[in-house]
Amino acid sequence: MTFPFLTALIVLPLLGVVSLIFINNRDNQKERLIRHVTLIWSVVVFAVTLVMWAQFDGNSAEFQFPERYRWIPAFGIDYSLGVDGLSLFLIVLTGFLTPLALLSSWESIHGRVRAFSMCILVLESAIIGVFASIDLFLFYVFWDAMLVPMYFLIGVWGYERRVYAAVKFMLYTLAGSVLMLVAILSLAYLNDVATGSYSFDLVKLYDLQLSEQVQFWGFLAFAVAFAIKVPLFPFHTWLPDAHVEAPTAGSVILAGVLLKMGTYGLVRFAFPLFPEAAVFFAPYLAGLAVVGIAYGALVAMVQPDLKKLVAYSSVSHLGFVVLGIAAINTQGMQGAVYQMLNHGISTGALFLIVGMLSDRRHTRLIAEFGGLKRVVPRLTAAFLIVTLSSIGLPGLNGFVGEFLILLGAFRWNPRFAACAAVGVILSAVYMLWMFQRVNYGELTNDKNADLRDLSAREWWTLGPAVVMTIFMGVAPTLFLRPMEPSVDRLVERVKRAQELTASACGRCDERVREPRSSQRVGVGPHAH
Amino acid sequence: MFDSFVAIVPAFCVTLGGIAAMTAEAFREPGERVPIGGLAVLSLIASGLASALLWGRNASSFGVVSADNFGLFINLVLVVIGLLTVIFSSAVLERDGIPAGEYYALTLFAIGGMMLMASAVDLLIIFLGLEILSLAVYVLTGIRRDSIQSTEAAFKYFLLGAFSSAFFLYGIAFAYGLVGSTRLEPIGVAVSGQGAANNPLAQFAVGLLLVGFAFKVSAVPFHMWTPDAYEGAPAVVAGFMSAGVKAAAFGAFARVFLSAFGSISADWTPILWLLAALTMIVGTVVGVAQTNLKRLLAYSSIAHAGYLMVALVAGNDIGKGALLFYLLVYAVTNVAAFGVIALLGTRDRANDDLKDCAGLWLRQPALAGLLTVFLLSLGGFPPTAGFIAKWYIFSAAVGAGYTGLAIIGVLTSVVSVFFYLRIVVMMYMVEQTPDPISPWTPQPLAIAALAVSVIVIFYLGLLPSRLLDLAAASIGTIY
Repeated sequence: MTFPFLTALIVLPLLGVVSLIFINNRDNQKERLIRHVTLIWSVVVFAVTLVMWAQFDGNSAEFQFPERYRWIPAFGIDYSLGVDGLSLFLIVLTGFLTPLALLSSWESIHGRVRAFSMCILVLESAIIGVFASIDLFLFYVFWDAMLVPMYFLIGVWGYERRVYAAVKFMLYTLAGSVLMLVAILSLAYLNDVATGSYSFDLVKLYDLQLSEQVQFWGFLAFAVAFAIKVPLFPFHTWLPDAHVEAPTAGSVILAGVLLKMGTYGLVRFAFPLFPEAAVFFAPYLAGLAVVGIAYGALVAMVQPDLKKLVAYSSVSHLGFVVLGIAAINTQGMQGAVYQMLNHGISTGALFLIVGMLSDRRHTRLIAEFGGLKRVVPRLTAAFLIVTLSSIGLPGLNGFVGEFLILLGAFRWNPRFAACAAVGVILSAVYMLWMFQRVNYGELTNDKNADLRDLSAREWWTLGPAVVMTIFMGVAPTLFLRPMEPSVDRLVERVKRAQELTASACGRCDERVREPRSSQRVGVGPHAH
Repeated sequence: MFDSFVAIVPAFCVTLGGIAAMTAEAFREPGERVPIGGLAVLSLIASGLASALLWGRNASSFGVVSADNFGLFINLVLVVIGLLTVIFSSAVLERDGIPAGEYYALTLFAIGGMMLMASAVDLLIIFLGLEILSLAVYVLTGIRRDSIQSTEAAFKYFLLGAFSSAFFLYGIAFAYGLVGSTRLEPIGVAVSGQGAANNPLAQFAVGLLLVGFAFKVSAVPFHMWTPDAYEGAPAVVAGFMSAGVKAAAFGAFARVFLSAFGSISADWTPILWLLAALTMIVGTVVGVAQTNLKRLLAYSSIAHAGYLMVALVAGNDIGKGALLFYLLVYAVTNVAAFGVIALLGTRDRANDDLKDCAGLWLRQPALAGLLTVFLLSLGGFPPTAGFIAKWYIFSAAVGAGYTGLAIIGVLTSVVSVFFYLRIVVMMYMVEQTPDPISPWTPQPLAIAALAVSVIVIFYLGLLPSRLLDLAAASIGTIY
């Protein structure tokens, strides 16, 4: 029997939480112990993700390391986990970013450190659960469960407007996901009608034939939930507040991993479950994505606050990812999945750097900085690499993802690609201008004169991220190859539905005239 | 001869306990401490054991009380509610100067009435149970005689309750006129016959009974008494009312409407749909504006009544099972939440305002943590039992084709999360007020009860299979 990697990955952080319960932190004496214990647990989780990656079969499109146990037989709900090329790297990314987030909060979080660490570990467990679930009920449980620790992280340890940001984040995301809940319930019910068994198993639901009507609403329900998470314009308004007010560790995990859950949801659930609706909605998604790219970039350009600038840059960059997904071809999808990882690392690193700057100066305003290169040259060097990666300079990781996405989008619809390419220029504008204002030029503010350069801990925090941006830029096939079979299968699944629709056009008229009530298959109290 | 009494043994145990409590109080010397609370617990446990022993036997007494699994499940829910209430009460009765003997006696009588109402298969016996529980609860609401607010609340509740009982009785009269019997089975037979669908007698009966039930479960627009009654009553009584009355009322509601009047459901389902939707919406939207914890939880109870009514609208087997599961989960969570509020107070200050919670995490972290779990469960967050309960109910709605109602349900859930979060924000994210509430002396029994509630909530949230199967098995015998 293979080692149950996925359950181990979900349970290990929770074991960490249990171990923390036994460390009594009265009078804040045991802060160092708590931080070290949490860090060790998160590094162990990361190590396990690496071992899992090593044992992953890169040629197979099936769900690997599968685990399935009967959980609630009355509903056809199983505790069902599995990874494929789409989710493997997202889990590794989660394991990678969590220790970095913890390291970044070493000096900046004081007071209730134990609760903070427990929140981060529970969050990590829930996020891995989301990526690993292949039962829709289990997925939804982890999806909603993830909201609670994030809410506390923002609301308790955040900055001035933290309560507003936390509540906005919670309610906005929840509103989207409850509509997804109704869609999930409908899917299980339709599966019951079609096959006689109530089930939430994703693999079974993939095979369900759904009418256009049902697919339309189902896709919409799922897509709204994920669009809020991504965030896709115009559902993005929670993001700047949440990112800015969250503590550094919260921002890193939020930007690095949480946002990817939205795009992951699109490729794992929305597109393959409702392929025809996906093909129909793809242009609209792409349109919103392109608008988001431009809008995010333009708004980022005028931000006086460094953190808010990076937050809006997230909106812009993730627009690229959604564009790649909407293209529904191999390059686009692969580029999108790869860009998810890239964005996670580069934006995560950007937030780490912003956190370091704000820890030193207790301000995030760009105007307060200037000429930092003379004072903290090493921090500036790391900052430069990460900025260039974010822009998409060839040689760094961002380029590979963006290029594949633009290639895929161009093959599908050149206009979208052209507009998106303009976005690349815009992102260079705002990032480089910001970088210049912060780091180059004269030392305009005396308070910046004696900032200390990177400490050993900060080397350990930034170093891995910077190394990864370079590594992923020069050796992308290491990551792209294992993804390929799963991406191909996904594209094939959606395309097949597209062809079926096209070939069935002879019967198109009948489909159009299908009565609205057909989806209610004669039920109600009198049905039996 | 005793066989014919078997079905009412659970209610009998509790009533006997009530009489014993009254007697103990009557013969108590002033200043003497008698463990009346312990007496109450014993009678509740006896009742629970009796219910467990009656499981599956489908016993029936005099043809008017049927201890079928459905009724026994609700009995068990009521026993759980009773135990939690007694434990929390024991912590606060002395502090608030409430006479213990009368209090426990009334509580036990109320539970007896509730058990009777849930197991009855005759409309008049349902009415009897309804009146027993109502009168006891009216007095419990006003049991703090030195508080004007309590007295006003009790009076309002009593007046409106008397009115609705009159409607209920009138509905019974029409049902009798229709069938010649008040038993549910003959009613069901008569109603499923030809021409019953357009019979004005049947429609009147249904309408009036609906009004009576809707009042008791605080459905909109018959909900106006709820916030005042819950705010005026002592917190433990409010918790008891919110859970126990609903459990009994929904039990009878399900029996009467799904079994007896089930054949003409096309008549009453649209009305119930509207009531359910209104209840969910009004309960959550108005709840957002509340600043008093008890009123806030009152509106939250109204919203939960709406969700329970969704199960009735769905009317399928899943719906009935969902009703039972939701009742248990809601009962544990609500009684425990009100218990926490009760523990926050002192003799002079009820400390039930939102701003009294400020910074609670720093002062009493255990209490804050427990309340957070209960609020998350009420809001329907995984992995708490509240999530599974909502899932179950919305599954039933979608399965019966009422997707619109499910959508209203989930969206109102999000609205309700807003005001649950407000309490959480106050506890964790706001600084302590300069006039903090006095330190709380830990009551071990109450803490144990709260801890057990939390464990149950997480257990049912992660491994609900057993209870789900039990609930599903219970409904097969409904009638």
